[in-house]
Amino acid sequence: MTAPTQADIDREMRAAGDAYAGRRAAGSAPGEHPARDYPPYRSSELRHPRQPLTVVQDPDAMELSGPVFGAADVTALDADLTAHHIGEPLGERITVQGRVLDRAGRPVAGQLVEVWQANAAGRYAHRRDRHPAPLDPNFTGAGRCLTDDQGRYAFTTVKPGPYPWRNHVNAWRPAHIHFSVFGTAFAQRVVTQMYFPGDPLFAYDPILQSVTDEAARGRLVASYDHGLSVPEFSLGYRWDIVLDGPAATWTEDTP
Amino acid sequence: MTDLTTAVDAVAADDAKAENAENAAKAATAVTAATPRLAPTPAQTVGPFFGYALPFPGGGDLVPPGHPGAVTLHGRVLDGAGTPIPDALLEFWQAGPDGSRLGAPGSMRRDETTGGFAGRDGVTFTGFARVATDADGRYALRTFAPAGVPYLSVCLFARGLLHHLFSRAYLTGEPGYAEDALLASLPPARRATLETVRERDGVHRFDIRLQGGEDADGGRYEETVFLDFA
Repeated sequence: MTAPTQADIDREMRAAGDAYAGRRAAGSAPGEHPARDYPPYRSSELRHPRQPLTVVQDPDAMELSGPVFGAADVTALDADLTAHHIGEPLGERITVQGRVLDRAGRPVAGQLVEVWQANAAGRYAHRRDRHPAPLDPNFTGAGRCLTDDQGRYAFTTVKPGPYPWRNHVNAWRPAHIHFSVFGTAFAQRVVTQMYFPGDPLFAYDPILQSVTDEAARGRLVASYDHGLSVPEFSLGYRWDIVLDGPAATWTEDTP
Repeated sequence: MTDLTTAVDAVAADDAKAENAENAAKAATAVTAATPRLAPTPAQTVGPFFGYALPFPGGGDLVPPGHPGAVTLHGRVLDGAGTPIPDALLEFWQAGPDGSRLGAPGSMRRDETTGGFAGRDGVTFTGFARVATDADGRYALRTFAPAGVPYLSVCLFARGLLHHLFSRAYLTGEPGYAEDALLASLPPARRATLETVRERDGVHRFDIRLQGGEDADGGRYEETVFLDFA
């Protein structure tokens, strides 16, 4: 079997997009998340369930509570990915800030946000990433922090580079930072990716395009925020995260 | 539920036009948990390169190895061809042996001196575990059987999986094990995918099959039941 070309993948992505537009026109709700079965992303073929999910509506479900993290689970330096080695990493230094909210707009306070990313050349500090871009001895690319009482997180890092992968011939991922976020309930857990505004690779990437709803895709893209840029140090990006899923009943006492 | 969400989103869009930022902030603090207004951030796959960021030493040791009364839960994560998935990440959340659902910090304590991990303190039961599968698709954790609810909640991430999946591992035959409403609602073959196989005292096997299908020998296997908490 010959490897698919970008044109093949483009055709499949268009078909999936058209099918989604048809369902919307027929009155279905917006797709807030990627479909797990998205053929243009080849690895999804054998890694998605075929049976529908079983809906659990149980006020006593364990998943309405969730794990907690504290001061001992992070160090202050963990949020500065440029400070994990003796020297300074190469690349465009950036600060990424935002808030973690639930769907009612309430801040998610004191919860864990983890990030990982490629270096400025588009290479991960992972032995399975063998593509011929240089590793940076001063950059690993993993960090974490706890949200403050307003749900705010902040990281200092370098802008990751785009990189090739083997989904199809000449496949390239747009630059992105992986985010792992906890809510107050395990059911709110999310792992996702933050993209940078104006990246020319968006249209070619089946992982981003697996979110077939345009507005939902837009929620994965940070905005450049000049107010977050630090003079003579870094460029600022803002990206807020809204967690899906239910949590235990909220009361006036909940922070 | 779906219709409600659509309607609420439409209301939220109108509100955004009508209200200034200050009013919107007030409204956000006044609504209840039952009235979703903001559209969620979509999920994306964990990809193949999380290994240097998410797993941590002792991630699967909710109790120290060899601890009296500890239960071992182990198994494999398999794809639709029956092939082990070597790049999956599993998270577990559970009640404590005393029935507590509060959890505790300290799952991934950091070492301020080296910037590495300090390991769990061996005293606190945090209720949270995280383990990556190995090259054979295997994982293992050591924990206490939860009290009050008969299951561990499971969240599965993997390369190729665009949106994580939730499931549950019901610890067959452990103290506190009982049939619950979810198990009772499932046909036997489906239900069996959520129940651990008790291999011997305190050792349970729980395989996760991401997609039903046939293995290399032509045997059929059932897809694990995955859950939606919408």
